[in-house]
Amino acid sequence: MEAHFSSNLSVPAQHNEARVFISGAQAISLAAIDAGCNFFAGYPITPATDILLYMIRELPKVGGVAIQAEDEIAAAGFCIGSAMAGCRVLTATSGPGISLYSENIGLAIMGEVPMVIVDVQRMGPATGGATTVAQGDIQFLRWGTSGGFPVIVLSPSNVSDCYNLTMRAFDMAERFRTPVFLATDKETALSMSTTAISEFVKVEVRERRIVDDTDVFVPYKGDSEFRVPAMSHYGGAHILRFTGSTHDEHGQLTKVSANVGKLNQRLAAKIDDYSDEIFLIENDLIPEADILIISYGAVSPSAKKAVLSARENGLRVSGMVLKTLWPVPEKPILDALHGVKRVIVPELNLGQYRREIERLSKAGQEIIGINRIDGDLISSEEILIKGGLK
Amino acid sequence: MIEYPISSYLDQDLLPYFFCPGCGHSLITDQVNAALVKLQLDPKKVVIVTDIGCSGLTDKYFKTNAFHGLHGRSITYATGIKLANPDLKVIVLMGDGGCGIGGHHLINAARRNIGVTVVVYNNLNYGMTGGEHSISTPPGGITSSTPFGQLERPMDICQTAAVNGASYVARTTSFDKDLSDLIAQAIQNEGFSLLDIWELCTAYYAPYNKLNKKALLDAMAALNFSTGVLHRESRPEYSRAYRQVHAGEKGKPLFSPKGVKQKYSHSLDKEVNFIIAGAAGQKINTAAAAFCRAALASGLYAAQRNDYPVTVKSGHSVSEVILSPEPIGFSGVMRVDHMIVLFKEGLSSVRGLIAKMGPEGRIYINRDLLPVDTAGQTTALNFKVMEGAQPKKEYWAIMALAHMLRDEPLFSMEAFKEAMTHNPTFAEANLAAIAASERMKP
Repeated sequence: MEAHFSSNLSVPAQHNEARVFISGAQAISLAAIDAGCNFFAGYPITPATDILLYMIRELPKVGGVAIQAEDEIAAAGFCIGSAMAGCRVLTATSGPGISLYSENIGLAIMGEVPMVIVDVQRMGPATGGATTVAQGDIQFLRWGTSGGFPVIVLSPSNVSDCYNLTMRAFDMAERFRTPVFLATDKETALSMSTTAISEFVKVEVRERRIVDDTDVFVPYKGDSEFRVPAMSHYGGAHILRFTGSTHDEHGQLTKVSANVGKLNQRLAAKIDDYSDEIFLIENDLIPEADILIISYGAVSPSAKKAVLSARENGLRVSGMVLKTLWPVPEKPILDALHGVKRVIVPELNLGQYRREIERLSKAGQEIIGINRIDGDLISSEEILIKGGLK
Repeated sequence: MIEYPISSYLDQDLLPYFFCPGCGHSLITDQVNAALVKLQLDPKKVVIVTDIGCSGLTDKYFKTNAFHGLHGRSITYATGIKLANPDLKVIVLMGDGGCGIGGHHLINAARRNIGVTVVVYNNLNYGMTGGEHSISTPPGGITSSTPFGQLERPMDICQTAAVNGASYVARTTSFDKDLSDLIAQAIQNEGFSLLDIWELCTAYYAPYNKLNKKALLDAMAALNFSTGVLHRESRPEYSRAYRQVHAGEKGKPLFSPKGVKQKYSHSLDKEVNFIIAGAAGQKINTAAAAFCRAALASGLYAAQRNDYPVTVKSGHSVSEVILSPEPIGFSGVMRVDHMIVLFKEGLSSVRGLIAKMGPEGRIYINRDLLPVDTAGQTTALNFKVMEGAQPKKEYWAIMALAHMLRDEPLFSMEAFKEAMTHNPTFAEANLAAIAASERMKP
C-alpha cells in the first residue's frame, strides 16, 4: 500500500518544502491507514467523530472494514473480535466513551489483544463539555479497568505527533499485544496547523508475530524473549482459545495459584520489564538547570515557549515534553529532576500527572502545578507568572 | 490433519460436563455437538463464542476455536470476528442473563443480520450467581431476588429478534428430540439466527418453582410463547453485504492532504493573529481555513482553532487564526490583533476580548452590531453591495476576510483567490464574494 508520507527520517526540511494544513484527527487517521489498520469500529461522540467518519470513508479503499456500532461497548467488542481474527484495529472516542470501553479494556489486557484506542479528551465529568479541551482522563486511562494492570498511553502535542505517535501506537500494540492509548484532546485533535511533510515519520510497524502453520500453538505461552505470546488467528492454521478469565497457557480457566500467579505476573512484566522501548520524550535539558518544566499534550507548545522565554530572562530552565505517559518514564524523569530546585507541571486538570512527578521528586524540590479546568488553554505567559519565572 | 468424518467436536478428556446433575446445559451442549457432527464443519472454521454464566462454561469442551468474553457481550465479539472473516461459522452460546445485559447487542445484531448463530441456554434465572431472576423468568416465578414472585413480564427473546430483522428464529426446549436438527438449521442460515432453548436449572429455578418438563411447557403456553421455527426471512448477510457495497471503493486513491508550496509572497515579520466571530452554518471555519491555506501558499505558517457549541446549525462559531513567518507552537490566541465580527452570536462570545483590545487593535464589524465597547479601531462593514445581487450571509466571512486583506496586506489577494477555488463546487461563488467585497456600501 502506498503510504501518505515518506518514511525517511534523515531528510531535513527542504527549502520551500510542501506543507500541509490539517488537523490532528486527520493526521491520526492518515497514520492509521499507513500503519496497516484495516478495521475500525466506533460510536459517534464529539470531539472524536472526525476519526470515525474518516475511517468509514477511507478504510474500504484498502479493503478494510469500518463500522459504527450500536454503542461504545459494542465498538470495543467488535475491535477485540476482529483483532483476534487477524485485523489491525483502531477505535476512537472521548472520555465518556472510555467509561463504556472500561470492561473491554480489561478483556483486551487479559486476552492480550493488539489494539489502538484514541481518546480525544473533552471536559468532564459526565457529559461535561463536548467541545471543550481538557486533560482529565490521564489517570483514568491508566486505571480505567479492574485489576490495575499496566497499559500504554502515548500523548501527542501537535499535528506531527498525532501522525508519528499513531504509527508508534500500532507498532507497540503488535510488540506488546496490549491496548495502546493515544491520549489526545479537543484542541490537539481538531485544531489545524501547518506541518512540513518531512515532519511526518513513517516508522516501521512490526508485523504480527504468527506461529508457523506446522508448529504447535499454545495461545498463552509467553515467548522466552519478550514474554509476549505469538498469535494464531481465528480461521488460521491452529485452533485458538481466547478467554477473559484467568487461564493457563492453553487458554483454559484455572484457579491453580501457580498458574494464576504466572499469568498475572507475565501480563505486568511483559510491559514493565521492557518499558525502555516505550518511552518517548522530547527533552530540552540544559546542564545545571535550576528549574524544569514538564508537560504533555495540548499544554506542551506553551511550555516550550515558556522555557525559551525564561532562558531569555537569564534563568536556567530545562524543558521536558512527555510523549509517553504510561508506563511512567521514571528513569528519564529522575535524570531530569536531578539537581533541579523547582519543577513546574502545567496541566488541563487538577494535577493528575503532577502526582507522578511528586512521588519521583526528592524532599526539598518544589513542585508547582499550574492547572486550568475552565476550557481555556494555559499560555506561556501564565506558566512564566505562576511558575515564578517572571 | 483433521480426519473426516468427525465423530465428535467435544474434547473427550474434559468430559463429563461440570454442570449440576440434570442441568439442561448438558443436554443442549450435546445437541450443539450433534449438530456440528451432522454438518461436519472444519473445526478451524468454527468459533464458539460464550460469555458469563453457566453457559459460559461450554466453550471449553469444544475442539473448535473458542472465545470466552464478558457478560452479555458475546454477540459483539462474534460480530467482530464475522466482520473480519465472513468465511467463519460463528456460534454464540449464551444464557438468558446475557440476553438481558446484552439485549442491545441482540437487537442490533438482528437488525444488521450479521451471520452469527445465537443459541440461548434459557434456564429462566441466573444459575451461576445464586438463582436470581432474569429477563425470561415467568410471571410469579420464585427466585432468590424475587422471593415473593416475579412481577416483571418476561422478554420475548424470539419476537424481539424477529421484529428487528433476524433471518432465522426458533424456540424449543432442551427436551426436543429434533433439537440438533434445529441447531444445524440455525447454523446453516447465512444471516443472524437465534434459537431460544428453554431448559431446567436443577440447582435453583426448577426446585424453587416445582418445574419439570411438563410445567416448563405449560409456562411457555401460558405466555403464548409458541415453539418451532417462528420466523425466517431472506436478507443479505451483513459482513458479505458490506463487502459487496464497498467493492467499488477498493483500490481508489486514498485521501491525501494537498501539500502547499510557497508561490506568493507575504509582508509579515512577526506573528499576527485574528479572530473571526460569526454564527453556526455561516461557513466561518471554512473561510478561515481557506485564508490559512492562502497564507501557506504565501510562505507563512498558520494555525486555526475553532470554537462552537455542540449544536451544528445554531449558536456561535468562532475561529482563532494565527499567522507567522516562523513555525507556530500553537496554544491558542492570547492577545488579539484583529477581530472580525459578523453576527450577534459571535459577538456575544468575543465581546469580552473586544473590550480588552488596545488602540492598536483593529475590529472589522458588521455595522448592525455597533456600537461596541472597545479602545480598538473599529471599521464598520456593510454587507450590502452597491450593484449586483446582494450576497448571502454565508459569504460574509469571505467578504470580511477580503476586506481585511485589502486593509492589511498580509499576503496577496491572488493567494486568497486561489485558496478559495480549492473546492470546485463553491469556487465560483467564493470568487464572486471576494469581488463583491470591493462593492460594499460604506
